[in-house]
Amino acid sequence: MVAESWYVALSAVLFSIGVVGVVVRRNPLVMFMSIELMLNAANLAFVAFGRRAGNADGQIAVFFVMAVAAAEVAVGLAIIVTVFRLRRRLSVDDLSLMRW
Amino acid sequence: MTHAAFLVIAALAVGSALGLVVRRNAIHGALFLVVNLGSVAALYLTLGAEFLAAVQVIVYAGAIMVLFVFAIMVLIPGKEETGLDPRRGWRLLALPVGALLALQLLLVVRAGVGPVAPAAAVPGGVEAIARLLFTRYLLPFELTSVLLLAAMVGVLLLARRRV
Repeated sequence: MVAESWYVALSAVLFSIGVVGVVVRRNPLVMFMSIELMLNAANLAFVAFGRRAGNADGQIAVFFVMAVAAAEVAVGLAIIVTVFRLRRRLSVDDLSLMRW
Repeated sequence: MTHAAFLVIAALAVGSALGLVVRRNAIHGALFLVVNLGSVAALYLTLGAEFLAAVQVIVYAGAIMVLFVFAIMVLIPGKEETGLDPRRGWRLLALPVGALLALQLLLVVRAGVGPVAPAAAVPGGVEAIARLLFTRYLLPFELTSVLLLAAMVGVLLLARRRV
């Protein structure tokens, strides 16, 4: 049986890659996918810690995270499509309207 | 044997995650993310969470990624990141910062998670999940339906044609 700490370490690495992806990329869709990557890393840690605790509560948390992620993706993609309709371009550097 | 399987799947997950961040083409990134989600589903299987592995493949790698690919197709990909990056220096700063974050998290894991306590087998099938979901977590479960309804209404509002 592989120790939980290995799973949590892998989850930490995946989360860091997701953070780098959000900061480095300019395409909002790819940034969004990097956010999904981070959510998945957190889910992996949830399941690993749940096994360590010896009950299924961690898996319930993952279930709720998945539901929230589905809602978030639907709303976020709708926002991106709407912005693209207005601006005809798709780079986060152009979206400075609400920046002071 | 189980360690070898874990290492192979973990390498696949990390490699596909790097592919998502590195590749310029958004479609390639989406396919890399599908590989990543699939390998995480395999890791769920090794952790004994069969139900979550199935849900991961169906909901994440299936439904959510179809939504992503659809959006990429609609939005004409590949034209946004071809030009010279005006803030290249700042963005490259993200690499050492990300490496530092990973190092920090790994140190925390090493200090905090410690040696493994051999736990009893965790129930991960449909029955165990459903029993918890409909008893202790009934209220959050019902609130999730409200959340999904709100998201649906919001998306309809956003996608409405302006009059």
